[in-house]
Amino acid sequence: MTHTKTTILSLPEEEFVNPGTRACAGCALGTAYRVALKAMGRNTILVVPPSCLTVLQGLYPIAATKLPSLNVTFASTAAAATGLTSALKALGKTDINVVAWAGDGGTSDIGLQALSGAAERGDNFLFICYDNEGYMNTGVQRSGTTPQGAITSNTPLKGKLQQKKDVPSIMAAHGISYVATCSAAYPLDLYDKVRKAMTLPGVKYINIHIPCPPGWGFDTRYAVKVGKLAVETGLYELYEVENSVSRLSGASRKLIDKRALVPVSEYFRAQSRFKLMREAQIGEIQKQIDARWVRYFESPEDNGES
Amino acid sequence: MHIIESGNVAAALGVKLSRAQVIAAYPITPQTPLTEKLSEFIESGEMEAQYVPVESEHSAMAVCIASSSAGARAFTATSANGLLYMHEQIQWAAGARLPIVMCVVNRGVGAPWTIWNDHQDSISQRDTGWIQYYVNDHQQIIDGVIKAFMLAEEVMIPVMLCYDGYLLSHTYMPFEVPEASAVDAFLPPYKPAYALDPENPANLNTVTMPDVRLDAKGRLAHGYMEIRYLLQEDLIRTIDVMARIDESFRKHFGRGGSPYYETYQCEDAEFIAVSLGSLSYHLRDVVDMLRADGFKVGVMSVHLYRPFPAEAIADALAGSTGIVVFEKALSYGYQGALCSDIKSALYHKGVDGSRMPFVHNYILGLGGREIRTTDLCEAFRKSCTEGAAPTDELRWLGLKI
Ligand SMILES: Cc1ncc(C[n+]2csc(CCOP(=O)(O)OP(=O)(O)O)c2C)c(N)n1
Ligand code: SF4
Repeated sequence: MTHTKTTILSLPEEEFVNPGTRACAGCALGTAYRVALKAMGRNTILVVPPSCLTVLQGLYPIAATKLPSLNVTFASTAAAATGLTSALKALGKTDINVVAWAGDGGTSDIGLQALSGAAERGDNFLFICYDNEGYMNTGVQRSGTTPQGAITSNTPLKGKLQQKKDVPSIMAAHGISYVATCSAAYPLDLYDKVRKAMTLPGVKYINIHIPCPPGWGFDTRYAVKVGKLAVETGLYELYEVENSVSRLSGASRKLIDKRALVPVSEYFRAQSRFKLMREAQIGEIQKQIDARWVRYFESPEDNGES
Repeated sequence: MHIIESGNVAAALGVKLSRAQVIAAYPITPQTPLTEKLSEFIESGEMEAQYVPVESEHSAMAVCIASSSAGARAFTATSANGLLYMHEQIQWAAGARLPIVMCVVNRGVGAPWTIWNDHQDSISQRDTGWIQYYVNDHQQIIDGVIKAFMLAEEVMIPVMLCYDGYLLSHTYMPFEVPEASAVDAFLPPYKPAYALDPENPANLNTVTMPDVRLDAKGRLAHGYMEIRYLLQEDLIRTIDVMARIDESFRKHFGRGGSPYYETYQCEDAEFIAVSLGSLSYHLRDVVDMLRADGFKVGVMSVHLYRPFPAEAIADALAGSTGIVVFEKALSYGYQGALCSDIKSALYHKGVDGSRMPFVHNYILGLGGREIRTTDLCEAFRKSCTEGAAPTDELRWLGLKI
């Protein structure tokens, strides 16, 4: 396995997403999708449940993706990926990659049972959760991974009261070969993590943070900026879990060397979904972040998820 | 080879002989011994297939949907609440035109919990676009599985092969197991027109618009309604295809000849009982008893329930005086679904003013309630002597209220 990091110059030029998709202007999913598909390569079959990605992929008979793709029911993504790997095994075509791409609702809520089942069985595919932190396709309702305090269409007056569900930890608890978190704001880190995942056995799980302009309430120009703020504030951590050992990676790893975090209020204040959050609430979250990161700063090699 | 085994083992042997390549399995009584048997065949190396012990029936059908989309022959089996839990996936499999075969080992549905036999589970999935075929004994189970794969792959529509829980699944009967080579000669390997393939990419089951739409090359593609129309057209075509496959099976194996329904003593019958599954064999005893008393009665067992071979069934029933439909399921709020279908099939026979047989409908055996031969006999006798009823009232048999 190569440890050289991919750069913008070494990123493959071949595109698997056709120009012009149906995603909203400024959507970070388009970036993540385009880059991750480059990492998977042509010899891949995708599985997609209903979500923004279904829309991005286009309306019949036009497809935005050059890779074969199976659209499946909302709860069944991981089981369908298992079905593909089983068929490919039965047909002796084991060189073909199977990759499931689901939104956070399709992963953390309705799809969690099937995903857990496949992980426990050790079926061989990569599961990507693109985490735009809500049910965006149906108009921005709360999901299990919507963060506390965020206004959504069905938490309109008080914001979501509960915490974000930590799906990567749930997946890591299955003892699978690879768990990683990425952000669409760091596409090269994403590319390298997908590449690595493709070489490992069993279910691999990658969570990609996807800033969503209409759902989060920021200008279409700022998806990368907001995505970077989530990482630079230490709120959303980029890490990998291999052999049950968790390590910060990419831009989060670099924060350890810098020993400085951007105040989390900058992240919250950049998005209208957090406009109900009071200073005291933000201060509380800042304290939690600081406590976590003090540990990372003190022992950079031992930063297992808490 | 002639053996004595359970109905579930008969089904498992049929699946093995059909060389299913992917089997998804989730336990539910009374289906469980069938998929257990398949796991044994596969672990012992007797059968080459991928066995996926899924975590739910919804996932079982997902595995079948995806593996069939990738070009593998897929099988699963379930009962009762397992079938209901699949409902979304069942519709998906039919809409996606995948030739999956599923045994439904019939059992009543909750609430309240029941593990015993009736037909409410599969009847509740009647309108999903699947082919439904009901069989009556172990020979029909093993033969039916093999024919089901042939049929499904010819019309690209999934098939439910339905047989009675316990009454067939757990009872032992003698039956003939076809030679593997003979089955290979009858049923060729599955070769779909398209299977998911990176060399030839396609985006399957995409969002499809209400209207037809041009593709990137300017060719007109179907809208949702055209896709659904073709499913209906192909289901209707399935009626003829079923007869052809049954005939081919008869040539290969010497068994068959009744692709749509089976009749007993119907040639000169004035009154015909109609039912699904093993109950129709039970009714043969009743026919013998009533014949001994001078009643000209017969019994029809409907095999192919969806698509409904309405014309053939109406032709067979139209000349009779009365029809008595005995059903182990109910379209709640109206009457037995089979009864409604039979009345509807007869309708066009009556438009020219011909005399129409009366139709009585008995609901019985729900949740495994014992069906006593004497009760069946009395009910059928009553219908024969009473004649046309002034109302369409549902009759319950064996009810203790
Ligand atoms: C069984 C079922 N329930 C509900 C829906 C409606 N639905 C379609 S997409 C969607 C939201 C998807 O949210 P997520 O998975 O987070 O992806 P996103 O749209 O945010 O990208 C919902 C609720 C459905 N298609 N199927
Ligand atoms: S709603 Fe958000 S995630 Fe969905 S396409 Fe639009 S910007 Fe992207």
